[in-house]
Amino acid sequence: MTSYRFRWINRRPAGRGSLLALLPFVAIVVAYALGSHARLARNPEDKLMPAAATMAQSFATLAFERDARSGDYLFWEDSRASLVRMGAGLGIATGVGLVVGVAIGMLPYLRALLASLVAAFSMIPALAILPILFIVFGVGEVAKVVLIVVGVVPFIIRDLSQRVGELPEEQWIKAQTLGASSWQVALRMVLPQILPRLIDALRLSLGPAWLFLISAEAISATSGLGYRIFLVRRYLSMDVILPYVLWITLLAFAFDSGLKWLRRAAFPWAREEARR
Amino acid sequence: MSHLSVRRLWQSYGDKVVLERINLEIESRSFVSIAGASGCGKSTFLRLVLGQERPTRGTILLDGDPLPPEPGPDRGVVFQRYSVFPHLTVLGNVILGLEIERSPLLGRLFGAARRRAIDEARHYLEAVGLDGDRERYPDALSGGMQQRLSIAQTLIKKPRVLLLDEPFGALDPGTRASIHALVLRPWSEHPMTVLMVTHDLTEAFKLGTRVLVFDKTRHDEQEPERYGATVTYDLTLNRSPSTPPPPAELQAEQASTRSGPRCPPADAPRTLGGAHGEPAHPARRRPTDASTAVEPRAVRDQFVGAGPAPARRCAGHVRRRPRRAGAPRPTSTHGPRRPPWNRGRYGTNS
Ligand SMILES: Nc1ncnc2c1ncn2[C@@H]1O[C@H](COP(=O)(O)OP(=O)(O)OP(=O)(O)O)[C@@H](O)[C@H]1O
Ligand SMILES: [Mg+2]
Repeated sequence: MTSYRFRWINRRPAGRGSLLALLPFVAIVVAYALGSHARLARNPEDKLMPAAATMAQSFATLAFERDARSGDYLFWEDSRASLVRMGAGLGIATGVGLVVGVAIGMLPYLRALLASLVAAFSMIPALAILPILFIVFGVGEVAKVVLIVVGVVPFIIRDLSQRVGELPEEQWIKAQTLGASSWQVALRMVLPQILPRLIDALRLSLGPAWLFLISAEAISATSGLGYRIFLVRRYLSMDVILPYVLWITLLAFAFDSGLKWLRRAAFPWAREEARR
Repeated sequence: MSHLSVRRLWQSYGDKVVLERINLEIESRSFVSIAGASGCGKSTFLRLVLGQERPTRGTILLDGDPLPPEPGPDRGVVFQRYSVFPHLTVLGNVILGLEIERSPLLGRLFGAARRRAIDEARHYLEAVGLDGDRERYPDALSGGMQQRLSIAQTLIKKPRVLLLDEPFGALDPGTRASIHALVLRPWSEHPMTVLMVTHDLTEAFKLGTRVLVFDKTRHDEQEPERYGATVTYDLTLNRSPSTPPPPAELQAEQASTRSGPRCPPADAPRTLGGAHGEPAHPARRRPTDASTAVEPRAVRDQFVGAGPAPARRCAGHVRRRPRRAGAPRPTSTHGPRRPPWNRGRYGTNS
């Protein structure tokens, strides 16, 4: 008996395929280990691909020993500084984006007034105006937070106002026939349906936000994950850079998963797109 | 009460005339069924009554006053789709109208006020047979249940005019039959005028006290968009209304919708007997008058068989793309949403 041959588009891994997902990670780790070993065997002073043990040691120094000069645990101080900036930036961007986005999406007058402006703003590469921000806000915390806000907010506004516009005409009419005022429509119909979209928009903004944060920190800061990476670059300290990059990735991943979880938990009625 | 007067109504979009010369006096508490080929402007007419759009010319009066130019709680509506809010539970959807009315600032009720609203809402939910599903989200309901929910959501506002745009278009015939009662019962209990668009003439005659057909009377072969549709057929019926089905039947429909695949209950009668003996609606108790005493089936047959098939002339959706001269006529003039069991109701179309 010949076995049935499925099309490739219909062949699926058994279970949830999580083992398959691990495979490329394992492959990268193994490749790195082999490469590092080979380079170190030839030149024990090689800094480009430090051994895992070296990285662990450098990392432990930063994480568990007080810095001689500042008396801080540098790694945790860096993380704290970066997360505060990130939280402030994303928090403000979310608030502004939600209010302005919903307002533009709901009110034709506001849309006529502001939609083009927002579209134009979203075309400005945020990093290009970083010098302006440093000039205007000084080199302190404000400029970094503002960079994240400026970089992310136009996208959120545009995305949300578009989502508001996509709510079916029938719903707008229905709400009005139930007697709702504009304010009540916003509160009871638009906002609750737009919040899951806000989370989606926020998740998409995480990448750019980290980019802006690390850039700003690289240019002017006294602490922060980006600051540290760019500082130790001068000494070719891959043993610090790599763990930091790993840590940033982990943080970004945690943010993303957290938001995804929040969406599911808080909005059980909202289906996620693309379930394939 | 809720007397509608439509005076010299025209509606056009750019050069395209959709409705023309519509004059209607719709008595308070009538149940008007509106039929007509796809694209001839039935939904447009409802949108005008609803206040969703302003007429190009003409006026619509409700009890002598011009209609407010935007939708409001005096006119309720049930659409074919997207009729309920996906982010609210069944109960949330129904109490929404009360919450909006009683809490201008937050649109939300708490404590005792909320409990009162829930009690009211449950009365309506029981009437549509959804009380057991009140914590579910619309996503988890079948199409028929969603439409019933939408009906409850609308009726709790006690609108003066109820507009139904193919509300049962997406439902199978068995499910429809049991939902019909849900519209008829409140209509006979609460004074309101109902306008219902339907593609199903059986339904139109079964529910309506008056049947209207929209169609074009003038045609311009070179410029088909020059003339719009008007009321070409207007019949007031005087037979007694179909009364709501016995509750048992409702439950059968519920059971069939809840357990996965939707199919009409095997024993659902196609016509609903008057088991309840509710007082007949006054408009339907008029003494038999020779001019209107027509057997519905006879009328239907006469209409379906008569003249050039209206579907031919009026298919706006099809005509929107200009046809080259000499190109073959489109073979089907029905809109894409026409349900399969309902094709060819208006006779031949090719
Ligand atoms: N906003 C609009 N702009 C331009 N044309 C429109 C607009 N709204 C409706 N029309 C046109 O008006 C005509 C009537 O549309 P309408 O939706 O009222 O038809 P209908 O009788 O409800 O059809 P169906 O049975 O398919 O629902 C169609 O040809 C449609 O293309
Ligand atoms: Mg329509």
